[in-house]
Amino acid sequence: MFDISPTEWTAIQLSLRVAAVATLVATPLAVALAWLLARREFWGKSLLDALVHLPLVLPPVVTGYLLLLTFGRRGLVGAFLADHFGIVLAFRWTGAALACGIMAFPLLVRPIRLSIEAVDHRLEQAAGTLGAPPWRVFLTITLPLAMPGVLAGMVLGFAKAIGEFGATITFVSNIPGETQTISSAIYSLIQTPDGDRAALRLVVVSIVIALAALVGSEWFARRASKRLHGN
Amino acid sequence: MLRVDVSKQLGEFSVEVSFASEGRVTGLFGASGAGKTSLINMIAGLLRPDRGIIAVDGEALDDTAGGLHVPAHRRRIGYVFQDARLFPHLDVRQNLDYGRRMNRLAEDPALQARVTDLLDIGGLLDRRPGRLSGGERQRVALGRALLAQPRLLLLDEPLGSLDEERKVEILPYLERLRDEASVPMVYVSHDAGEMRRLATQVVMLRRGRVIAFGGPEVLPSTAANPAG
Repeated sequence: MFDISPTEWTAIQLSLRVAAVATLVATPLAVALAWLLARREFWGKSLLDALVHLPLVLPPVVTGYLLLLTFGRRGLVGAFLADHFGIVLAFRWTGAALACGIMAFPLLVRPIRLSIEAVDHRLEQAAGTLGAPPWRVFLTITLPLAMPGVLAGMVLGFAKAIGEFGATITFVSNIPGETQTISSAIYSLIQTPDGDRAALRLVVVSIVIALAALVGSEWFARRASKRLHGN
Repeated sequence: MLRVDVSKQLGEFSVEVSFASEGRVTGLFGASGAGKTSLINMIAGLLRPDRGIIAVDGEALDDTAGGLHVPAHRRRIGYVFQDARLFPHLDVRQNLDYGRRMNRLAEDPALQARVTDLLDIGGLLDRRPGRLSGGERQRVALGRALLAQPRLLLLDEPLGSLDEERKVEILPYLERLRDEASVPMVYVSHDAGEMRRLATQVVMLRRGRVIAFGGPEVLPSTAANPAG
């Protein structure tokens, strides 16, 4: 049962890579946006908030199709990237990472925003009176104190990225070795006669990855909060 | 020298205060709701006056006529809050060093030693704020503000959250600070006894207005309640 075939390995490795890249690229953006939403008032804030959450409520196939229209070779951004930088996202693993990153984005922003809101603003004021300009207040006080939320968001985002299916398959299809992640591999296998065992193996693998992520995040969160509260 | 001439509307309440003090310790005295904290926050740069001027040693920090508002982090004004506000993720040593790092000052072991001796906090350096008593926390907050080498030190009811025993523990440190450190201070309190012991000049406030200004003799006798 546990003879994992090379194709399956490829799908597993690709999933991990896609999810890791998606999470690592999305995290700084999510932190910046979460800070903006938590600490600043500006015109159009609720619209921006809604926009960030859109991938959560849109059918994933719609998000995927919009990505294809925008980042496809003939899409507005896609053509520009391809002509000027030689970057092609459609039907590539990098495109899968983009799709996963966008789908995971609201799940990253939410816990980070909540944890930034929970940081006592009076500590930030105190840092200011000690001579710290706003960006250093953010780096030395706000971000470290919000770290448990950032880690929670990263784990949630990573798990979402690993499991993403609809937007990914619409945008980058299901090409073994290039864009076939665990999810799309399972999808292909259950459409194939005799694919059941292989599909089951990948199901077990995805359960293991999800469990590891949850246990890992729990451990990180406990360590981080211990470090913060200094007991 | 501290010169303040400001007005600020805060909802129903308004602060309209003007004074100039040469004192080593300027006391802002009044009951809660007199506008002491709003005033000290304006001096710190945390609150922007609607109108007026705030100047320290002749340098304007707020001048609404000229559109000037120096942000808190560029004022070099230290602030000791009633609730200490130590950074919970840093140990005492890192808390004390924070202001020096943010102001990019060179390390000064002699000054560090002097401040930690003055406040008796040498034994606490490796502890986290969560493991400190209320009095220890307040002493560390004092040290942290001093080590940022401010030109003016604001103290907002630094004894307010402490019980009588702790107050008695901290007061001598504040007196030593007044007599040994060369930083002028603004001391906020509603306790006439504290004021009498520490302040060299007193600004008495009631409902956002100055009702008396002068030496400690303007304070009500200890038996009486603070100005309401």
